[in-house]
Amino acid sequence: MTEAILKVRNLTKHFHLDSPIPFKKSDQSVKAVDGVSFDVFQGETLGVVGESGCGKSTMARLVNQLITPTKGTVELNGENLVDMNKERLRVFRKTIQMVFQDPFASLDPRKTVGELIAEPLVIHKIGNKASRRERVKELLEVVGLRGSHSGRYPHEFSGGQRQRINIARALALNPDVIICDEPVSALDVSVQAQVINLLKKLQKDFNLTYIFISHDLNVVRYMCDRIAVMYLGKIVEMGTYKEIYEDSKHPYTRALLSSIPKESPNEVKERIILSGSVPSPINPPSGCHFHERCPFAMEICKIKPPELMDVGNGHQSSCHLLELENNPMKAIPTKKKEELKCH
Amino acid sequence: MTSIQAEEEIVKTMEDKRKKEQSLFRKLIKNRLAAFGLIVIFLLIITAIFAPLIATHDPNTMDVTKALLGVGEQGYLLGTDNFGRDIFSRIVYGSRISLIVGIAAVLFGAVIGSLLGVAAGYFGGKLDSVIMRFMDGLFAFPFILLAITLMTVLGQGLINVIIAIGIANVPGFARVVRGQVLGVKESEFIEVTRSLGAKHRRIIFQHVLPNSLAPIIVYATMSVAGAIISEAALSFLGLGVQPPTASWGSILKDGKDFLVLNPNMATFSGLSILITVLSINLFGDGLRDALDPKMKV
Repeated sequence: MTEAILKVRNLTKHFHLDSPIPFKKSDQSVKAVDGVSFDVFQGETLGVVGESGCGKSTMARLVNQLITPTKGTVELNGENLVDMNKERLRVFRKTIQMVFQDPFASLDPRKTVGELIAEPLVIHKIGNKASRRERVKELLEVVGLRGSHSGRYPHEFSGGQRQRINIARALALNPDVIICDEPVSALDVSVQAQVINLLKKLQKDFNLTYIFISHDLNVVRYMCDRIAVMYLGKIVEMGTYKEIYEDSKHPYTRALLSSIPKESPNEVKERIILSGSVPSPINPPSGCHFHERCPFAMEICKIKPPELMDVGNGHQSSCHLLELENNPMKAIPTKKKEELKCH
Repeated sequence: MTSIQAEEEIVKTMEDKRKKEQSLFRKLIKNRLAAFGLIVIFLLIITAIFAPLIATHDPNTMDVTKALLGVGEQGYLLGTDNFGRDIFSRIVYGSRISLIVGIAAVLFGAVIGSLLGVAAGYFGGKLDSVIMRFMDGLFAFPFILLAITLMTVLGQGLINVIIAIGIANVPGFARVVRGQVLGVKESEFIEVTRSLGAKHRRIIFQHVLPNSLAPIIVYATMSVAGAIISEAALSFLGLGVQPPTASWGSILKDGKDFLVLNPNMATFSGLSILITVLSINLFGDGLRDALDPKMKV
């Protein structure tokens, strides 16, 4: 955990809206991801959490260069992927792979499992037919399927098995970084656990680095070393899982955490219920994007957008409350330590 | 890993279910009309291939002394035309022209139209606008008028008929394929393939096209019927294959002058066109239903 394998700086994507007037470019745009910066270290798992529509998936695709960013840089092993020429980017794709959310839509229904898993090898011209077949068999066994499954079609498998196939395909090129875009949210809870344990095991075996996107806080807590909380295209808080779960500094993070269902009926829990819904990313609120829903909003929040500031040990948070002497958030207890039982 | 065993079982039951589900062919022949169409098409192909064996006379031998004979007279199965040629043999040989033109013209139109449609749908933007506006331009001409114009430009002959009808078929295919591609290219598995670093060519030919194929096949089947009619129409207008080569359209044309004296010429060539086109359309309909997973027969 010393060296940053992936450095993202000021990553921004604005999608321009179609103008109602033909032949005129609209000046309105959806600010899907707005100036996101973070580092990912070798061998760790960075969790990205946030509500639907906060830009998590767009960010994943920006990091992976599936969408070209409006601004910002993505450095992988010291090389900027943005503005890289196509051929070179193709080579770099070997080091960064992605597992997608929907196990039913992410496998081409007309190809056998063997063909699907071998596809990255074919694309990057690795090995010959026989060695690829060997590799496919090996990968299938690594993810807990049988080598004999390679002749079957995706529709013959269940959701969990399909996600295993997706993971096998992502592993085929021995990548350094795997971006998991809600890899378990489409699965049953019992299957979720299997897939997550598989991901953890693979991380240990192959020294993988994950960017793990999810809206399920329990899954993130179990999986991740560090967590970034996103709200309306911005990272509002980032820190180790412990800092986020036990000592979060941002009211939005607190509200998110308080939405985790109680584990026992006796547990006393302070619920922070947010009013309203996520504002439109076309016209985000002035100042702090969160001020309309924040229970602690002050005058300054409506005017000045807060910067991410360090609150110790790389734990970053963007909130004006942190500048106050008597932070009202301190009055609200965070989850007690003994309640956390993982890692 | 008991859970994997459980999943294994799920897979097994799914497989059983699949076996119970009828195969495409079964579904097709369960549909009586489609089965009828399939049989007629099959017989037609046999006829075209073995025309010299099936025909009772040489289709081009004239004998004016035996002109305009009725059905069955002097061993002529369907009578003779105004030059004394055996109508049955001419219809048998005519099936060759109809099938060749029908299939080749549709292939021509399908290949070029699909390529244009894929390019337009996949890359979008300006290329899409340019290609599709050009296709709309072609669409604006009535199909047969376009074919006639092309025939007058290209001149008579089998190859030219194929090219003319093929070109007239291009815009239809381009539109069907573009529509399909627009849907398929948004699928997540296309994004996955892009993230693996695949080139456009690979994505298009390995993933986009195979997943757009079903409607293309149905449209192509239906187009064969249309192309056969167009060929007959062109021949009827004297723009098709050159005489004395027998073609259903040209037999019909010759027959229209002798409708009263000997209706056999026009009747049987017309019937051949009717039955062929009807069968292909019925088969195409059945194929569409069989390929559509949402339609349970």
